[in-house]
Amino acid sequence: MSGPARRAYVRPLPVADGLVEMTHGAGGRAMAQLVDELFVRALANDYLARGDDGAVLPAPQPGERLVMATDAHVVSPLFFAGGDIGCLSVHGTINDLAMMGARPLYLAAAFILEEGFPLADLQRIVRSMAAAARDAGVPVVTGDTKVVEKGSGDGVFITTTGAGALPAGRELGGANARAGDAVLVSGSIGDHGMAIMSQRESLSFDSDIRSDTAALHRLVAAVLDAVPSSAELGDGSRGLRLLRDPTRGGLGTTLNEIAAQSGVGIVIDERRLVVAPQVSAACEFLGLDPLYVANEGKLVAVCAAADAPALLAAMRAHPLARDAQIVGEVTEDPHHFVQMRTGLGGRRIVDWLSGEQLPRIC
Amino acid sequence: MRFVDEFRDGELAAGLAAAISAEADPGRSYHFMEFCGGHTHAISRYGVTDLLPDNLRMIHGPGCPVCVLPIGRIDQAIRLALEHGVMLCTYADTVRVPASGQLSLLGAKARGADVRMVYSCADALKLARENPRREVVFFAIGFETTTPPTALAILQAASEKLANFSVLCCHVLTPAAITSILESPEVRELGTVPIDGFVGPAHVSTVIGTRPYESFAREYRKPVVIAGFEPLDVMQAILMLVRQVNQGRCEVENEFSRAVSRDGNLIAQQRVAEVFEVREAFEWRGLGVVPRSALRIRDRFAAWDAERRFALAYRGVPDNKACDCGAILRGVKRPADCKLFGTVCTPETPMGSCMVSSEGACAAHFTYGRHHDAGGAAQ
Repeated sequence: MSGPARRAYVRPLPVADGLVEMTHGAGGRAMAQLVDELFVRALANDYLARGDDGAVLPAPQPGERLVMATDAHVVSPLFFAGGDIGCLSVHGTINDLAMMGARPLYLAAAFILEEGFPLADLQRIVRSMAAAARDAGVPVVTGDTKVVEKGSGDGVFITTTGAGALPAGRELGGANARAGDAVLVSGSIGDHGMAIMSQRESLSFDSDIRSDTAALHRLVAAVLDAVPSSAELGDGSRGLRLLRDPTRGGLGTTLNEIAAQSGVGIVIDERRLVVAPQVSAACEFLGLDPLYVANEGKLVAVCAAADAPALLAAMRAHPLARDAQIVGEVTEDPHHFVQMRTGLGGRRIVDWLSGEQLPRIC
Repeated sequence: MRFVDEFRDGELAAGLAAAISAEADPGRSYHFMEFCGGHTHAISRYGVTDLLPDNLRMIHGPGCPVCVLPIGRIDQAIRLALEHGVMLCTYADTVRVPASGQLSLLGAKARGADVRMVYSCADALKLARENPRREVVFFAIGFETTTPPTALAILQAASEKLANFSVLCCHVLTPAAITSILESPEVRELGTVPIDGFVGPAHVSTVIGTRPYESFAREYRKPVVIAGFEPLDVMQAILMLVRQVNQGRCEVENEFSRAVSRDGNLIAQQRVAEVFEVREAFEWRGLGVVPRSALRIRDRFAAWDAERRFALAYRGVPDNKACDCGAILRGVKRPADCKLFGTVCTPETPMGSCMVSSEGACAAHFTYGRHHDAGGAAQ
């Protein structure tokens, strides 16, 4: 966030009733004030406070590799049960790093604000972001703000980029699944997407469904403590192969990505999937399939079958994965189909989502 | 989830599957058509086919309202949105149906048309009230299930004298479509499509009752079992059909008795009759022009009829020549028999109507049942 760290402004930013104006993105005094009083104050850390064009960061430990990930967030509505775009944008990128097996270190954030957006809402979002970053122990060390004309945006878009450190020898990746491996899911599916849907203006219905948005890096650390990656173990018949967070497109899409990347099939058991009763009911009346509804605080893990019980136990011991389940297994399949044994006793394909099931949810 | 899970129970399904296998005569085959897309979807999504004996085949019928909508009707809706600048409201699946010139309503939206997806006709009415300076058109599609709400919306608009609301009416009639299939040469003369009975519509029958099917059972000697949309409903109906066939009966039976009566919903029928009258003929995608198979808005409510309000002419547009949707909708071919299936025609790039809606025979097969075609797939 460029601009001197301390400046005396004639009047404080009118957060209570003020709106984002074009001048807030014009690079002048108004922008410096917005950055200082709203962003730097909330996200408070020494890197940001320097007010330079970028952050100077220590290198990771010898042997460690850097992992980068970025995620753009355009959720509507901006505030939803269980979270808002602020904490979501922190969790999203931390989770992308964590799924690579990396220890998340730093975040950068870029905001695109729409002219006329209430400053009070912006402050709420930035404070939520700051709280999420603090809880996760991953500071937002640099950022940028742009303002677009009214009608050219949808309130606030936030892009976060993260850097993390990957310990020597650790390899996780979507191409690592092998026939015979076990597939685990860390808990209930569809909560985030249905929390969003239930609060859409055109569709709102009463429910207690809350988004599951959460930073998963500590769960991942616990998982990797219990079951290191196959590469770390140096034994192809053991270990963790990959982690994925089934966000947009849901579990169904994530499993298809894994099947395609690894050149395998996957067969899951419908009876092992956990779907909260309210999510299940809402999906039922909206004609949606929870398999394709977004999650923001769940992960899919694939590991060697021998390690599945240990992995399951490690997940269930963590508060974010108490409902973890072994949901299926990896198979040899030249078609790379994801199939599901239905609760009814039949079998069907869990295909790639076609078109969009929900417009813009993450 | 109560009142839903009970109808998807694996143990009950296993029991029904055993009963069907035990009662189906191994010396013959059974071909039943499920008319409704809702049944097609349930059969595919829950893997019902895997629980049926090999000599029992389900034929997917034309009961998917999005699938039978001809290109010419979508073109009309697109013209309304693009040329007349109306706010065009419709049920979600409709927006993806391919129309002329590689357009669809979704494509038109990207070109600036104001296309709104609504969950109910009442939402379109609300948009009209909220936007008094805009022309709001509800693109009304569907069988008898969605017709009464459209009738109510028109009656409501009339009572409010809502001048900026109108309906492009493409409502179609189930019995006419079943007759068309039974009268088709493949079924009647050539015998290439053996149909031993029908799994009759669920929601449609809540409105029209079981009475309209009695003539099929009587005149065409085909058993009909009205069934709900849950997988156990479908399996129970199949068992009932097997029994009718085995006993040489051709009756209308009602498996969906928790929602369907013989007379149906008389109030809904009354409202529909008040607002709509039967068209002389209507083009169906796949079935061609079917006499007395659709509804139009009565003269009394002409002010709310978008076809008249915007003087829309109807131009029929033939389907892609290589597309077998027509034959698939009549049960003459299976999805995998079509050259386009899964190659150029996929749910992402649907060429024909059966691939558009998740209730369409091709989309359901592509999405849920492709592993049946792939011999090498893992078991």
